[in-house]
Amino acid sequence: MSAEHHAPANATEYIQHHLLNLRANPALDPVDPSNIHLDTFWISLVLGFVFLFVFGMVARRASVDKPSKFQLFIELIIELVDSNVKEIFHGKSKLVAPLALTVFVWVVLMNAMDFLPVDLLPKIAAMFGVEYLKVVPTADINQGLAMSLSVVLLSVLLGIQAKGLVGFVVEFFTAPFHAEGLLMKIILIPVNGAMQCIEYGSRGLSLALRLVGNMFAGELVFMLIALLGMGWTGANPGSILGALGQVVAGSAWAIFHILIVILQAYIFMMLTIVYCGLAVEEH
Amino acid sequence: MNINASLFLQALVFAVLVLVTWKFIWPPLMATLDERAKRISDGLTAADRAKHDLELAEKRAAEELRKAKAQASEIIAQAEKRATQIVDEAKDAARVEGDRLIAGAKSEVDQQVHHAKEELRQQVSALAVAGAEKILRKEIDAARHADLLATLKAEL
Repeated sequence: MSAEHHAPANATEYIQHHLLNLRANPALDPVDPSNIHLDTFWISLVLGFVFLFVFGMVARRASVDKPSKFQLFIELIIELVDSNVKEIFHGKSKLVAPLALTVFVWVVLMNAMDFLPVDLLPKIAAMFGVEYLKVVPTADINQGLAMSLSVVLLSVLLGIQAKGLVGFVVEFFTAPFHAEGLLMKIILIPVNGAMQCIEYGSRGLSLALRLVGNMFAGELVFMLIALLGMGWTGANPGSILGALGQVVAGSAWAIFHILIVILQAYIFMMLTIVYCGLAVEEH
Repeated sequence: MNINASLFLQALVFAVLVLVTWKFIWPPLMATLDERAKRISDGLTAADRAKHDLELAEKRAAEELRKAKAQASEIIAQAEKRATQIVDEAKDAARVEGDRLIAGAKSEVDQQVHHAKEELRQQVSALAVAGAEKILRKEIDAARHADLLATLKAEL
């Protein structure tokens, strides 16, 4: 595979190269639905284990009387999640708070992969013959949709758990438009059903696209900034200006991106809680 | 932007992470937080109770002090009363004793006077007899005037 690999010839090739995931079966077409993105899988898995390991260690050693500073930091995150869940989600399920915590920390970690120099991991991987590598799992639509659809599916299950299957189905076809008479209710069944389908579908889509769009765009900007210094042709004014521009713009964007990384994870977590809360609420 | 089987794989990873967090990470951390919150609220309650107890104790101490003061002044009043009573009694006893002594002295004086009178009387009569004897020895016979002298002696 490394024999096929060659340095990008121009900016277009560079960007296009960076937009491709490492596929399990490179022989297949890039958009073949049976393929698997190995980079997304491994990086998200490692980051997931980092989350589990760190929080697990803290949970194991948690002290009531003498918490370490790190434990307090973890508790800060827990409290943030817990207070939001208590405020928004009024169901009985004990799953929503851990779900929200997982979403928040995992997404923060995956988003934070953006802070690594945009070519660092791909170059290292290339040395080991890995041709493609996208280091930000949340910039992969599969990751975003996997989480958002899971959340929407879970919210449906929570709704069924809270209202019973019959109650849930009845509500599915009688809300959001309510009617008084039986005839009107029957007339409104298809309208309500369609509205609910759109509602659940748009929830899943918007949740995923908001996160993935932000992270994808952020990564793209990092790539464009990286292009500034790539036109290095020697110690001439143009090259020096480009390199300086890369340093200044890269730093500025990275600092601004800290906000986006946290904010997007926070929004994803909040919407997760909100959707679960809406599902158990009576309309 | 190509959707493929990774979607299911990532959903699986997500599910595993959530399950592990749900079962092993959230409960102990939450228990720690709840326990600490409980201890803090217990501590605050205890502090409130202690404050209340202190107030009660102070009130009780003040009450006791007031009672003790009242008792002390009562005791002092009683003692003063008793002292004046004792002094009065002593005065009375002294007066009675003095009266008794005076009376004894008076009676002794009377006795002495009486005794002296008696003695004087004896001596007067003897003197009278002696004088008379001397007179009568010159001119009158004593024997003849004996009964007259006896009458005189009785009249004294």
